[in-house]
Amino acid sequence: MIKAKPKPLEEILENVKDFRKLLIAGCDGCVTVCEAGGLKEAKVLASSLRLYFTQAGQSAQVDETTLTRQCEKEYLAQLSDNIDQYDAVVSLACGCGVQYLAEMYNQKIVFPGVDTCFMGVNEERGLYSERCQACGRCILAETGGICPIARCSKRMLNGPCGGSEGGKCEVNKDIPCGWELIYERLKTLGQLDRFEKPIDPKDWTTSRDGGPRKIVREDLRI
Amino acid sequence: MSATTPSKLQKMLMAGHLAVTSEVGPPRSADGAVIEHKAKIIKDYVDAINVTDNQTSVCRLCSLAACIRIKLMGLEPVLQMVTRDRNRIALQSDILGASSFGINNILCLTGDHQHFGDHPTCANVFDLDSAQLIQTVRMMRDEGKLLGGFEFEVRPQMFIGAAANPFAGPNVAIRVARLGKKVAAGVQFVQTQCIYNLDTFKTFMQMVVDRGLDQQVAILAGITPLKNVGMAKYMQKRVPGIDVPDEIVKRIGGVPKEKQAEEGLKLAVEQIQELKEVPGVRGFHIMAIEWEEKVPEITQAAGLYPRPKLD
Repeated sequence: MIKAKPKPLEEILENVKDFRKLLIAGCDGCVTVCEAGGLKEAKVLASSLRLYFTQAGQSAQVDETTLTRQCEKEYLAQLSDNIDQYDAVVSLACGCGVQYLAEMYNQKIVFPGVDTCFMGVNEERGLYSERCQACGRCILAETGGICPIARCSKRMLNGPCGGSEGGKCEVNKDIPCGWELIYERLKTLGQLDRFEKPIDPKDWTTSRDGGPRKIVREDLRI
Repeated sequence: MSATTPSKLQKMLMAGHLAVTSEVGPPRSADGAVIEHKAKIIKDYVDAINVTDNQTSVCRLCSLAACIRIKLMGLEPVLQMVTRDRNRIALQSDILGASSFGINNILCLTGDHQHFGDHPTCANVFDLDSAQLIQTVRMMRDEGKLLGGFEFEVRPQMFIGAAANPFAGPNVAIRVARLGKKVAAGVQFVQTQCIYNLDTFKTFMQMVVDRGLDQQVAILAGITPLKNVGMAKYMQKRVPGIDVPDEIVKRIGGVPKEKQAEEGLKLAVEQIQELKEVPGVRGFHIMAIEWEEKVPEITQAAGLYPRPKLD
């Protein structure tokens, strides 16, 4: 899932302090799972902002709500009845949700309330780590189910590099070397022959490099 | 134009002359003699020679090495540098290297997307964009500082240029605003996209002059002679950001095939004559694509030769 973390309150305040009617819009999707932008976080942010305005001696209305998903128009439509009464919206969805909300309510000022970080897994509560960079052409079959693009700091396709030591990345000893992991897994699977077979230069057109991406599934379209 | 550098191009502009630049596209091989051959053809007719940096994302002999060759011939190169292929470490490193050879002009570009070139599946970099590259060169030159904060003594003496495209329309205002941004970043000269639609260009220049941008940046009008009607049509239909009006296609196509090149050259000269009168135009950048041998003829016919001598 998409992983995000809450923005510092000061940064959000800097954006919203001159507005008097604010809506904090959480999202029940990915950001709820990583506890960055669900209803609970929307409530916490709204009360922090109310406290700020009270302490500053200013009257302001700060409401909170949550949408099933902010990356779908049907759910964004849940805001259509009352969004007009707010000067600005702080969306706690990922970057996709923030943009889709802004796109749907073109006249409304929308601020992001979280920093969208990566696609990853929940190792444990409060510990999330990256697994996929959505390159658009999955090579996990070749690399023992471990992605070198997401997990090698140099996104090498034929690692490990000379900086890897004791199974750790040269960038940070807390980062496991992706290629060490791949090697060990291939060994476990009895597929070490794959390790010595050079992987050719990758076609990056399906990744960010190719420009903004789109999936058109004719089989699904009505 | 703020900082003064040893650049001959800058001196020419500061002396109030209409500047003339042209360009050399490096070969798709290790044949450095091609650079020298092309540079020799145009050297007496221009003030500075741009060297393109893997233009249209086609891999070629590098701009820096080609510029060094041109410098070693005693000529004045303009190092074109795109941010597509190198991050800020490599870009700054190349700027220092270029300066160590006395290269004093740089043209800061973002670069075409690799989609258009001969390696469409490659990754791109775009760590910086053109405006940020301008800021970077200015910081290196004026503050003796790298983006990372390291300070050094011997600074690159670069006359800083960029491109401007008045035709990536239809909104001309956004193009003027973007030029304004590049001026704010520290650009000192711009070479424009090839001009075929003079009306649009004049509208652009009027807006530039109204904002006083022409006082802060020297604008060299881009000229590319059309070889034949096929080229005119190709530019019109296939090249993003180039505006070739129908009447130009008709004009080139309206003469027999063997006369079309001549007509294209005539048109280029007429355009230069007309553009000389446009307020804010400080010179010309003649991009004779794989047609360098016509640069002497164009400059002579347009009254841009002989080049003024600098003291």
